[in-house]
Amino acid sequence: MVSQFTPIKAQPEYIVDAERRKLFDFQELWRYKELFYFFTWRDIKIKYKQTVLGFLWAVLQPLFMMIIFTLFFGRALNVPSQNLPYPVFVFSGLLLWNTFSSGLTNSANSMVSNAQIIKKIYFPRLVVPVSSILVALFDFLMAFILFIPLLIFYQQKVSITALWCWPSALVVCLIATMGPGTLLAALNVKYRDFRYVIPFLVQVLFFLTPVIYPVSVLKYPILQYIIVLSPMYAAIELFRQPLTGVDIQSTFLILSLSSSFLILFVGIFYFKRTEDFFADFA
Amino acid sequence: MKPILEVKHLSKRYSINHIAGGYLSLRERMRKGLRFKRSDVEDFWAVNDVSFEVQAGESIGIIGRNGAGKSTLLKILSKITPPTKGKIIARGRMASLLEVGTGFHPELTGRENVFFNGSLLGMKRREIESKFEEIIDFSGVEKFLDTPLKHYSSGMQLRLAFAVAAFLEPEILVIDEVLAVGDAEFQRKCLGKMEDVSRSGRTILFVSHQLGMLGKLCKNALILEKGIIVKQGPSPEIINYYTQSLSSANDFRVGKIEPEKIFAITKVYPTNLAGELTSNFAHSEVIKLNLTFLARQQLNSTHLCISINNKNGQRVFSADRLLQNYKLGEQNLNEVSLVIPKSTLTPGDYSFFIAIHCPNVMGYDVKDQLCPITIYDNGSEFIQYENKWFYGDVFVKCGWEFKFNNNALK
Repeated sequence: MVSQFTPIKAQPEYIVDAERRKLFDFQELWRYKELFYFFTWRDIKIKYKQTVLGFLWAVLQPLFMMIIFTLFFGRALNVPSQNLPYPVFVFSGLLLWNTFSSGLTNSANSMVSNAQIIKKIYFPRLVVPVSSILVALFDFLMAFILFIPLLIFYQQKVSITALWCWPSALVVCLIATMGPGTLLAALNVKYRDFRYVIPFLVQVLFFLTPVIYPVSVLKYPILQYIIVLSPMYAAIELFRQPLTGVDIQSTFLILSLSSSFLILFVGIFYFKRTEDFFADFA
Repeated sequence: MKPILEVKHLSKRYSINHIAGGYLSLRERMRKGLRFKRSDVEDFWAVNDVSFEVQAGESIGIIGRNGAGKSTLLKILSKITPPTKGKIIARGRMASLLEVGTGFHPELTGRENVFFNGSLLGMKRREIESKFEEIIDFSGVEKFLDTPLKHYSSGMQLRLAFAVAAFLEPEILVIDEVLAVGDAEFQRKCLGKMEDVSRSGRTILFVSHQLGMLGKLCKNALILEKGIIVKQGPSPEIINYYTQSLSSANDFRVGKIEPEKIFAITKVYPTNLAGELTSNFAHSEVIKLNLTFLARQQLNSTHLCISINNKNGQRVFSADRLLQNYKLGEQNLNEVSLVIPKSTLTPGDYSFFIAIHCPNVMGYDVKDQLCPITIYDNGSEFIQYENKWFYGDVFVKCGWEFKFNNNALK
């Protein structure tokens, strides 16, 4: 029963030095790549444990939201929808928006909810918020399965550009989530005030992002420019392009993308700068 | 050969108000940002200029009272929190077990938890898969592998958690008190496993209050007090020093001798074989109880009786002597020493009852609860029960007779 230990191999030394700290260690992240998987896998399992409908919830949530928005905005308020059937328009937006909002909420709370682990064991802290965003990606895939019958039902034409537009929309969405996600995760460890800011922030961003309305609704160009700064604008527009066939304004796209990347750099920089002290504050 | 672990002038500072406040609120931060006031922050050095080296294959124990900085030191070594000053050089893969079952989730099944926990501890997925059978075997919970952890008893959870940790294969293993789990049988298994680890040439850094276990596992030890290393050296010596320093010897003295007393106990003090005053003894040490008494008269059928009480006040055993056989110096102080042979009392707290009396007639001087002493285990055969199971007050060398009858089962 006693196991044989594998022989000791020569190991590279590692140094912890109070004077010199590494800001970003990509090699280390790579060594811990399996942990990304395990954290994501654990969170997905936990999320749907002891639920009767299980993974179906990932589909039902956007479905109900779509129905509600269609009734109020599509029918009652007659919001334009770039020549798409309003349900298709809103669902395509919600698909990505839900990924963003649940990813952001998950990752912002991730460091605090995993405090017990962080205080007891070392691993690159970035694994935690990033994995919780990947959980939202799983929900996206589930909801996407519903999206296809919806397209068929409305006999919606899909352009061939979907082949590259949809994956890149997803990547842009993840980048847009990761920036504020890591930033809020780090802030939340130190100042629990952010726990109350997050739901509010998500709500405000929802209305400031063209999810349930097209940008063209806005009369003043200055307003359009402000709305377009939302990091999620680029993702949603990219995702809808194969459906609407409307060309995306490149200035808008660039503005939204640069805002995404800027927040990503700020977020990761702040996270890395404060992560050493998470165990002391958490 | 270079040492596998070098710790150089390691220090860690905490600011007191951060600790007391738990966490900062943004309002506080903003207020502080406006007024540059440092006076309400008090510095506290949890670890202060600690340096030591560990050679490959050697194990080191860290002893200290609560709040001595042991846990902080381990946290720095495990990279959980950075040092304020100083440097650590580790020449090998390091894994730390500051807690068993880190990341265990009640909703996940036993199997799922093994994988997640193993991965957190730094095992590769393939590594966990290949050792899975062994881990489950070691934990003894194979029947409940696919049951959510919340339905496990706490003992089962701990066993599963330790089983995962037991199959880690780092070159340096940092352990904090985690052996203090489970029943005696499982403890013995864990201790065996730890010894395997240390014998296989790996290095263990072990923090524990269970000095016996620490002594068994580590060749060297160091004492931490208020963040500073007070002493380091071979374990037996260090453990001895530590237990001596824990409580000063409590001898008993009578201030004024009552003049009407025929017999009066004036001084009682325990010493070790070397004659040093102490109240802490290893179980394998001889205990000498010395007493001085005054005898104003020689009386027939007077006995000196010394009893040992356990911590519940129950009598463990007694020693009795008829005094008339000895020539006592009248009006003088007489000295007597009672020698309790080594490996008599089991680890625990004891005190003495002393009486000079004429049985059933008269008690000349009776004293109870004298000179409390503590016995600690430095490697007895019962060590796996340490702090876990009360196995009695005395060690008795018993004989065993086994008979084997192979036909009995048929």
